[in-house]
Amino acid sequence: MLRFRFFLASAAFLLAAPGFAQRVAVLKFPELQKRLARPGDTTYVVNFWATWCGPCVQELPDFEKVRAAQAGQKVRFVLVSLDYASQLDKKVKPFVQKRGLKSEVLLLDETDPNTWLQRVDKKWSGSIPFTLIYNNQARKRATFEQPLTAAELTAELRKFL
Amino acid sequence: MKKLLPLLALCVVLLSSFALRPAAEGYKVGDKATDFKLKNVDGKVVSLADNKAAKGYIVVFTCNTCPFAQAYEDRILALDKKYAPLGYPVVAINPNDAASVPGDSYAAMQSRAKEHGYTFPYLQDETQQVARTFGATRTPHLYVLRRQGADFVVSYVGAIDDNSEDAKLVKTKYLDNAMTDIMAGKPAATSTTQAIGCGIKWKKKA
Repeated sequence: MLRFRFFLASAAFLLAAPGFAQRVAVLKFPELQKRLARPGDTTYVVNFWATWCGPCVQELPDFEKVRAAQAGQKVRFVLVSLDYASQLDKKVKPFVQKRGLKSEVLLLDETDPNTWLQRVDKKWSGSIPFTLIYNNQARKRATFEQPLTAAELTAELRKFL
Repeated sequence: MKKLLPLLALCVVLLSSFALRPAAEGYKVGDKATDFKLKNVDGKVVSLADNKAAKGYIVVFTCNTCPFAQAYEDRILALDKKYAPLGYPVVAINPNDAASVPGDSYAAMQSRAKEHGYTFPYLQDETQQVARTFGATRTPHLYVLRRQGADFVVSYVGAIDDNSEDAKLVKTKYLDNAMTDIMAGKPAATSTTQAIGCGIKWKKKA
């Protein structure tokens, strides 16, 4: 009986395992910068957010919706969390799992925005949510220092595709 | 009605110019700040001209509800303690739309100021016009003003320091460094810094 219980427990764990597959990679700014500069004709939607940011959390489902709708296109969605790295296991990972976020999620582990903020975009004054849409091959770029609805994001993305 | 029409037209022009104005504009270092009249949590109206002894002000756009503003609250209290005796008191302004963020209502501001022992004015920017004029976009967002004759000149814009999470881990105190220069009558060596914060909750456009 005990063995059977153990079997059940392991089976449950294995079944649940795909839920853990959604990882949150932690990176420093130089790595993020490299990714932002990556050549190619893929259009990237990079959204800077945090679990503590109400309007960010509110717009994430819309971003997920648009990502799903554009799945056939050459578009990639990246959600860059600005939560403190110390909150990775406590807040960010549980959040990503609970919301079932399918976009790639990164956590930018930097303490001083003054050293990197303007290198993401000169126009960014530091409030989040902040969304950057770019296509390096087409040399196209748009930034939004405000929340976006699914309709707004779709309309903006259409200019890139 | 004839008299009203030009007035209406003016309103339309004014409203549209606000709507079209990009949020990123506002004061840069060297600009003269326009004085304002805002209601403090004690019910009195405060303006920059009131405090004749002030050599300047540390104006902080902040609020009750933003975790970043909360993380900096003790440091803002410490700033007032340090700089008010030197002639640069803190003036805190809450620009959030209380209709969308009840936690930033005037009553909530009153209780926060009381509970946390604010030693400085905590003003409600009800029309959000002061935040727009300054070009504040987030909380917290700091501006140091220095008195020059009858004017208040923007002398520093940005962050308090380089670590919002933990004051003990701060390596560079941006504001302190700037204040040292400003109080010595020099332009701040680093007069603009960038920081992350909660976007100001603007009123929904009608």
